[in-house]
Amino acid sequence: MTPQTMNEELPNGPVVAALIAGGLGSATIGLMTVLAEASQSIMNALNWWNPAGPLTGKTLVGVIIFFVSWIVLHFIFRGKNVNFARAATIALILLGLGILGTFPPFFKLFAGE
Amino acid sequence: MTISVREAWTVLHGMLFGAAFLLAFAGGLAGLYSLRPEWVTGEGVKERIFRLKVGLWSIAVIAWATVISGTFIVYPWYRAKPPEGATDLTEYPRYLLLADPSKAEWHKLGMEWKEHVGWLAPIAATVVAFAVTYYGSALAKKVGERRTLMIFYIISFATAAVAGVFGAFINKIAPIR
Repeated sequence: MTPQTMNEELPNGPVVAALIAGGLGSATIGLMTVLAEASQSIMNALNWWNPAGPLTGKTLVGVIIFFVSWIVLHFIFRGKNVNFARAATIALILLGLGILGTFPPFFKLFAGE
Repeated sequence: MTISVREAWTVLHGMLFGAAFLLAFAGGLAGLYSLRPEWVTGEGVKERIFRLKVGLWSIAVIAWATVISGTFIVYPWYRAKPPEGATDLTEYPRYLLLADPSKAEWHKLGMEWKEHVGWLAPIAATVVAFAVTYYGSALAKKVGERRTLMIFYIISFATAAVAGVFGAFINKIAPIR
C-alpha cells in the first residue's frame, strides 16, 4: 500500500485506515478467543472483570486495538491515496479471521489440557 | 403484569437494541446499494446521504449499546455460578444448559459463538458509518469503495444476526430470571 499520486478528490487514506483498523480489531478478538482457549494462563490474564470473566479481556483487547490502530493508521494515511483494492482485501481477510477465530468448532481445536 | 430487573435488561438488550439494529439494517443496505449516480439525481444523492449518515451512526451506536449491555449487564447473570450442592439451576442458565446433555450445545456452540462474534458487529458498523460520513455524496461514484462497505455492512448484520438468533433461542430454553 505505497502512497500513490494525489487525487483532486477526497483521498481514500482515512477510509483505508478505518477499514484495516476494523479488520485488525476483529482479528484480535478472534485471536484472543483462540489464545484463551489454548492457554489457561492467558484466559486468566484476560479475566478483567470477574462477573463476566475472560470475555471482558478478549473483547476489550480487540476494541482497544481497533481504536488505537485506527488513530495510528489515520495519521499514516491521511491526505494520501492508497491502493484501495489491496487494502480492502486485507481488511476483509482480517475480518474473516475474526469470524473464524470466534467460531467454537474452530477455537476449540486449540483447547489446552 | 410484572417484570424483574433482569428480565427488563434482557428485553432491552435483545428486543430493543438488538431488534432495532437488525430492523434498521435493511434500510441502510438499500440506501448503500442504490447510491448510484445513474439511478439518483445529484439532489437525490445529497438527500440520501444525509439519511444514510444518520441511519448508519444510529445503527453503530445501537450495536455498541447491544454488546456492552449484553457483556456487562446480562452475561454475568447468565454465567453466575450456583452455590455448592444446588439442585435447582433455574437461576443459573449456563449451568442449567450444561447439566442436560440434550441442551448443552446451546451453550457450547450457541452462547460461546454469540458472546464473541457479536462484538464484530459494532466495529464493522462504525467503520461503515465513518466511511459514508467521510465520502458523503462522492461515495456514489466510488464503486469499489461502496462495494467493500456493503460487504462490511452485511458482515456486521450477519454477526449481529448470529448473536441475536442464538440469544433468542437460549433465553427461551434457559431464561434469565
